[in-house]
Amino acid sequence: MTGLKTGHYNPGAAGKAAEEAGSEGKEDMSCGRMEKKIMGYVDGRLKEGERLEMEKHLSTCAVCQLRVNEFRAVDVLLDEVPVIEPSAAFDVRVWARVAAEPAKQSWWAWFAPSPRVAFAASMLVLAMMWLGSRPPEPSLNASEVETINQNMQVLENYDVISDFAPLSELPQPAQGDDIDDANQNQSTNPNLQM
Amino acid sequence: MAAMARSDVQLMLDVKAGDEQSFALLLHRYRSPLINFLYRMVRNREQAEDLAQEVFIRVYRAREDYVPSAKFTTWLFRIATNLALNSVRDNRYQRMEISLDAPVTTDAEDGDEKTMDVAEKHPNIEQHLIEEARRKMIRQAIEKLPEKQRAAVLLHKYQELDYGEISKILECSESALKSLLFRAYETLRVELAPLVAQQGK
Repeated sequence: MTGLKTGHYNPGAAGKAAEEAGSEGKEDMSCGRMEKKIMGYVDGRLKEGERLEMEKHLSTCAVCQLRVNEFRAVDVLLDEVPVIEPSAAFDVRVWARVAAEPAKQSWWAWFAPSPRVAFAASMLVLAMMWLGSRPPEPSLNASEVETINQNMQVLENYDVISDFAPLSELPQPAQGDDIDDANQNQSTNPNLQM
Repeated sequence: MAAMARSDVQLMLDVKAGDEQSFALLLHRYRSPLINFLYRMVRNREQAEDLAQEVFIRVYRAREDYVPSAKFTTWLFRIATNLALNSVRDNRYQRMEISLDAPVTTDAEDGDEKTMDVAEKHPNIEQHLIEEARRKMIRQAIEKLPEKQRAAVLLHKYQELDYGEISKILECSESALKSLLFRAYETLRVELAPLVAQQGK
């Protein structure tokens, strides 16, 4: 450690020294610029160029030199802070907590950080369960549906044909039977056919 | 020991792959630095250990998603620092509430350390008392620093992390970190003036 001999300054000395330096004029600006580099100089982390610049400044500035010395003294004092040892139970407690963790993150743990998403998802599930549990509406089996589809096609054709002006001039019985049958089946009870 | 040579990142990747032995090595490597860092942050040993446990559990929980994008120590101490800063702020709030009923001025930890030191070494009482007063003064000076400055000093001085890492941990620029350290040391040299003066003799 260099410069520790200047430690006889009392805390007020820095202020006095600052005034003296201020009266010399030009050092002020550069002191402000040096402030942020003093720690780096004390801990030896400055780049070579910065270190040389700092040393040049220190050779002409008593205030910064004092500060460097006192920062170094503080740094040495901080080494005296006692180190504590982990208590004997520390590892045991950590492992107990590790053991309490789920072995693998399950996919739904993704929801955990967002209670709102989890809530929305569970409401959706509930809604679907409710819909699913309702008594089924009377439904048609596949062959019944097909029959209706066929009849519907015939009916659609009928609509076109019946509005088709030239056809009305043809003798009626020629295509009337099938259509009448379909019409009748549809309007009465389609389920009964076949 | 080949295992000790594995880097923190490699150990963490092994933990991710399901190797709990690697977690044991990380625990062994970092429990003491973490507990000491947290102790100096929150000033209470029990709370420091609780927080250190919390740090390790968070590391363990995050293993599945672990991607070695930053230095392991940056990540570890970032978790620890955030827990410590929150805890310090909570403590302060609690202490404000307690102080309405009864003033709490002394730190319970003082007694513990005193008795431990006496048992440890007793060359002569006078020497011992001087040393103890010194340590107490230093510790109290650190404790009095605003928490962010304190965290900066602890990470810089005791964990020897570089400026880049510390500024990531504290979520500030390197320039802001340098001011934090500068202000902290300015305060410390005034608080510790009698000891700083002795240091020079």
